[in-house]
Amino acid sequence: MDPVINDFSIRIATANGTGSQTSNIVIQRALMKMGLAASSKNLFPSNIAGLPTWFQIRVSPGGWQTMASQWQVLLPLNPATIGRDLRESEPGTVVIENSAMKTADSEFEGLCRYSVPFDQLAREISDAKLRPRLKNLIYVGVVAQLFGIPIDAIRAALGSVFPGKETVIELNVNAAQIGFDFASENLKKQDRWKFEPADQIKHRILIEGNEATALGAIWGGVSVVAWYPITPASSLAEALEKHIGDCRDADPEGGKRFVVIQAEDELAAIGMALGAGWAGARSMTSTSGPGISLMGENLGFGYFAEIPTVVYDVQRVGPSTGLPTRTQQSDLLQVAFQSHGDTRFPFLLPANASEAFEFSCQSYDLADKYQTPVLFLSDLDLGMNTWISDPMPEPTGDMQRGKIATDEVIARLENWGRYRDVDGDGIPYRTIPGVTLHPDTAHLTRGSGHNEDAEYSESPEVYKNNLDRLSRKIDGMVVDLPAPVLTEGDAPLGVIAFGTTDLAMQEALESLDSKPAYLRIRAYPFHEEVEAFLAEHQQVLVIEQNQQGQMAQLLRMHLPQHADRIESATYYGGLPLTTQIVREAIEQQLGVETR
Amino acid sequence: MSEDKKPATNTLGLTKSDYKGGPSTMCKGCGHDRISEAIIQASYDLGLDATNILKMSGIGCSSKTPAYFLGNAMGLNSTHGRMPSFATGAHIANTSMTPIGVSGDGDSASIGMGQFVHILRRNPKMVYIIENNGVYGLTKGQFSATADRQSPSKRGAYPREESIDLCGLALELGATFVSRSFSGDKKQLVPLLKAALSFDGLSFIDVISPCVTFNNHEGSTKSYTHQKEMGVTFHDPYYVSPQDPIDIEYEQGELREVTLHDGSKLLLRKLEHDFDPTDRNASFDAIQRTRNKGEVLTGLIHIDVEARSMSSNSGLTDQPLSMLAQQELRPASGVLDRINDSFRI
Ligand SMILES: Cc1ncc(C[n+]2csc(CCOP(=O)(O)OP(=O)(O)O)c2C)c(N)n1
Ligand code: SF4
Ligand SMILES: [Mg+2]
Repeated sequence: MDPVINDFSIRIATANGTGSQTSNIVIQRALMKMGLAASSKNLFPSNIAGLPTWFQIRVSPGGWQTMASQWQVLLPLNPATIGRDLRESEPGTVVIENSAMKTADSEFEGLCRYSVPFDQLAREISDAKLRPRLKNLIYVGVVAQLFGIPIDAIRAALGSVFPGKETVIELNVNAAQIGFDFASENLKKQDRWKFEPADQIKHRILIEGNEATALGAIWGGVSVVAWYPITPASSLAEALEKHIGDCRDADPEGGKRFVVIQAEDELAAIGMALGAGWAGARSMTSTSGPGISLMGENLGFGYFAEIPTVVYDVQRVGPSTGLPTRTQQSDLLQVAFQSHGDTRFPFLLPANASEAFEFSCQSYDLADKYQTPVLFLSDLDLGMNTWISDPMPEPTGDMQRGKIATDEVIARLENWGRYRDVDGDGIPYRTIPGVTLHPDTAHLTRGSGHNEDAEYSESPEVYKNNLDRLSRKIDGMVVDLPAPVLTEGDAPLGVIAFGTTDLAMQEALESLDSKPAYLRIRAYPFHEEVEAFLAEHQQVLVIEQNQQGQMAQLLRMHLPQHADRIESATYYGGLPLTTQIVREAIEQQLGVETR
Repeated sequence: MSEDKKPATNTLGLTKSDYKGGPSTMCKGCGHDRISEAIIQASYDLGLDATNILKMSGIGCSSKTPAYFLGNAMGLNSTHGRMPSFATGAHIANTSMTPIGVSGDGDSASIGMGQFVHILRRNPKMVYIIENNGVYGLTKGQFSATADRQSPSKRGAYPREESIDLCGLALELGATFVSRSFSGDKKQLVPLLKAALSFDGLSFIDVISPCVTFNNHEGSTKSYTHQKEMGVTFHDPYYVSPQDPIDIEYEQGELREVTLHDGSKLLLRKLEHDFDPTDRNASFDAIQRTRNKGEVLTGLIHIDVEARSMSSNSGLTDQPLSMLAQQELRPASGVLDRINDSFRI
């Protein structure tokens, strides 16, 4: 049996809340210390303790970070799911099992089984109080010994997880050593999987999408943050609060230059963000689908009254409470047309952590320049998993605060009105209380009909002109929104994807002999390049993570002349998208037999 | 002679009409207009710089009134029940600005109850006025949550649910400035408004403000007549700004004095009964006692000058967040390198 180097996945099944998360991360980190771009997916339940959870680590020669649809090594350590875990494993899968809960061999033939007396080994951990936590490290040691992770890499990984805590690190290493020693003395290697050091990581960093997003907001200059907890968005606001005090200097007296408010609900969170945006601060709120639904009315207010703010939607599975800890891209349509009446909201679609930083930072310029709520749509997969990512890029250029009705502007314009389009781009000059001091600028901002001078009006003409100007303003945003990314191909097919579908798409395309051209959309409203791409291809397959093909619908709606070319392939099970699903969708479209 | 005709001016050299807004569109006789007038009077008397005020409101007849006072102040007429969150955000973005929030009993006691409750807990420096008429004026006369069980609608129907006493609730929630007044009692409302504007925290004023169109009929407990008959107060309030001498007449032991955060004073001249509004238990008791008798207690019900506002406690820089420049907001070059390094594998 020839060994297979650096090309397999390990799946670890445990119960939520048992402390296995640290052990899983230690394995991933140790692989990274060996130079391997080990990716991980945390498939966790909406529960604090007890329900099943899976952690899947993948290493591949290409360093791909998508989840593999199959695993080659399984640790079925949760009695509640062991039957299912074994059943779902392909023949030949390596199984490292607890000898205390060993299932009948006959039931699962063709598996390569290693039996480990984990409970017995745990007794070798002398400190009874720490035993429940430390015993998870034993399986780390077994995995390390079986597949070639040196104990030094484990120690280094623990150093990253518990920086500076030498005693803790030593206790954990010792526990791992118990498993390592047991494996070397008792388990005879019968499988072909093996890790070897490589140079896959290079200059990259390891970061959660939400944390990169939060840092982007800090660099974007956010100073008022209002939020309400919800999975998978909570860690965004929490990361922001963790970093902002350290990154942004206080004033000489120690006065903070930001405020973070945990609001009573999302209605209040968006109200605070809009109130602050109206008053001139850079503001944000972060939430997920249920929160966006609640924010609807006030988002419409922000659109109509033309108030800048940034709203982060880390998407999860809907409808309703849905699957709170699973991923989806299913808020596109609700976000694009959120709120009653004719509204439209621009949104950004980051695909990876460094882009999350970049787009997050950029959102504040867009909101200020176009005086409208800007939405940032990531998802649970990007937000809550760690990613090996390019470093976060330093923003180039200065902050753009947009058109402000300063005294100088008022003097120059003669005919200033809060909602008067003097430059022909649909963007008026806005006021900031305390900055715009000219007495003529005082007015009452309102969500009811208003004329160019912000006075109440029910005139059909005035109303229509105002609404049309708003449309022009939003359409005009494309020049500043991130353009789509085109990858040329040779197959008679174009494919479109966005957000976290990108990595699976990239990997799928690499594995195909005949490659479709690929356009990755990064923002709405759509750039001209999107139209051009549809015009150039007889057939375009839109692949996305929702049931109704929401991006395909948006494209058909805005580009009806190409509607009949647009085909839709969807995945909406809630688990991270696998390359296999994407490849099969493309092959089916191309009429190629699936491998 | 011609000298005398010149309108009077305040410390800022402004006339009272400088504090007016646009013409009101309320029904003639609506209590809400009297409250706008009281705000104009209080602002004029105080020599208030209206450009430091943010007029905030929700939706309702009451919430329309910011268009009718302080025409030089910026305002935001938000969504139904959400004034508190908009006011919080606007104020924290620039704490040198004081919001005057105007809401209705529908706006605050029903759809906006959540935000009302939580802004009291949060306690930003602002004035929070509820123009309380017991009905939804703008949607034409439905009962609001402050409508009393014994108070019939114009058509003779009675509310089926208990009414909410907004002052009792505010006290329960730990509010530090709780007062009730009557739109027909300027002598009381104006000094309360002045004290409210001088207070470092949320000053809540529940103003009984009759809706002449839908809830001023016989039997209504939010009518002008009912308030005149059943309104009771324990103190007459006088506001004295820091630079002014105390020039009201009073007898020994008749005066309670509360010094506000800006050095101004609220003097409370005791009437027939008395209680100490700085004692929270006494405040609860005063509300309960009068309510049991079917009376409507007005005046300053509770004040706590020891507690400070959300903004005073926030540790924020004095410079408004809305005016911070790029170099104060964006971390210096090099910081991102350090952050990136901390995420190296
Ligand atoms: C979300 C929403 N629901 C309902 C309404 C309709 N509405 C407008 S004003 C109002 C009640 C206002 O009552 P109140 O706050 O007491 O103000 P008043 O008119 O009595 O001064 C209602 C229900 C609305 N504007 N928005
Ligand atoms: S309906 Fe009632 S509350 Fe509204 S303006 Fe008329 S009197 Fe005032
Ligand atoms: Mg009312």
